[in-house]
Amino acid sequence: MEHTVSAYDDDLKSIARMVTEIGGLAERAVGDAVEALTRLDIGLAQRVIANDKELDKLQRDIEDKAILVIARRQPMASDLREIVGAMRIANDIERVGDLAKNIAKRVVAINGVFPHKQLITGVEHLCEIALQQLKKVLDAYASQDDQAANAVRQRDNEIDALYTSLFRELLTYMMEDPRNLTFCIHLLFCAKNIERIGDHATNIAESVHYVVTGRSYEDERPKADTSIASTIAGS
Amino acid sequence: MSAVQTATPFETVRTPDPASRPIKIHAAAVKVTYGQKEALHGVSIDIAEKAVTAFIGPSGCGKSTFLRCINRMNDTIAGARVEGTITLDDRNIYDPDLDVVELRARVGMVFQKPNPFPKSIFDNVAYGPRIHGLARSKADLEEIVVTSLQRASLFNEVKDRLNEPGTGLSGGQQQRLCIARAIAVSPEVILMDEPCSALDPIATAKVEELIDELRANFTIVIVTHSMQQAARVSQRTAFFHLGHLIEEGPTDHVFTNPLEQRTQDYITGRFG
Repeated sequence: MEHTVSAYDDDLKSIARMVTEIGGLAERAVGDAVEALTRLDIGLAQRVIANDKELDKLQRDIEDKAILVIARRQPMASDLREIVGAMRIANDIERVGDLAKNIAKRVVAINGVFPHKQLITGVEHLCEIALQQLKKVLDAYASQDDQAANAVRQRDNEIDALYTSLFRELLTYMMEDPRNLTFCIHLLFCAKNIERIGDHATNIAESVHYVVTGRSYEDERPKADTSIASTIAGS
Repeated sequence: MSAVQTATPFETVRTPDPASRPIKIHAAAVKVTYGQKEALHGVSIDIAEKAVTAFIGPSGCGKSTFLRCINRMNDTIAGARVEGTITLDDRNIYDPDLDVVELRARVGMVFQKPNPFPKSIFDNVAYGPRIHGLARSKADLEEIVVTSLQRASLFNEVKDRLNEPGTGLSGGQQQRLCIARAIAVSPEVILMDEPCSALDPIATAKVEELIDELRANFTIVIVTHSMQQAARVSQRTAFFHLGHLIEEGPTDHVFTNPLEQRTQDYITGRFG
């Protein structure tokens, strides 16, 4: 049902539109950053770095708009949740943008030295899943689909597990030949950034759940990142 | 997709009190008829002791009618008939043997427009204790007046002019004078019917602050058109619509995650 004051509906719709827009920007930034990594395309990496400003600005605009609506209309119940949700989600997406930027910066730092192309495949695969997660959760937000959001949340451990196995693999290469160190560490940080993108997708899923149902998940999310344990075992 | 459900008209959606406060007022199947017109269609609610319960709902929803049942104010309206039971501390207030004057001393009321008596500030507050014989001496009475004005956060503003007419005060002060008058007879329950709708924001804030202080000692039921006010001052909220109690629950819950679609539509400003 529409609000008695139609401008209120316009405000809420415009916030939702901005969140969808910033989500699209972040998806593209992550995709481009990983593509820049696989092709070692410094030009593309630099574009990703430059475009992050746009993402940051949109996040601030969403926050400003949301604060204005709170001040002007004193939203209640589902409206209030929608606005709080939009602010949280925009924050998460802005962080995803930063992580994409970090990957792009590493591409610039690696600067063409590329000993083991096959290593990249694991990172690519990790990114593929993270991007799917991001896309699915943004769709869940747009359609206010709690079940779809929950599916994203449940799938995050797949990323965590993949990250852990990638971690072990990189560790092996590093132990084999110290000349691999620099490159492997760069890759490891990239993988970690992608894993964090998955975490933000999970946060967004939790925000969607709150917006739709008014409740927070009570159970701890299943975690499969055991790379901390591997460090201890390997050292 | 939404978690909001729609119940049949007669089924009130209830969320229990997480604080499990004792029940002060218990109402069961209360119906009120004005002549041929049934204004309340059977309202049942438990009102918690020493807490603020807010009644919200659009005009004509029955919230004021129900409020006025609690101290039998509807008795004074010709053609009004009340059915069902309301108990105050387990005593039926519609018992024919019950003394209505005594009931209204236990259940005080504050109205929308401040209505001080055309008497001095002192006499406005002293009136109740005098007619109920609550003061044994002049000093006693003075103490009751001063304490009541203090509890109503008005004393400091009027202490030098207690003999001036109450009608000479500002609107906000008059309303706090009426609250002082209501608490002077040591009621257990205070009913407030839109107590701030004629006040400016600062006077409103003072009354809200006062309500928050009073709930330590009194059971307060407030009818308000301001959803923000209900959210600010109350611990429990009851939403009325078309003579039915639609939903009641903890205020925090009702304003962030109401269970009933009509509550949701009303508090978010979507009522057509």
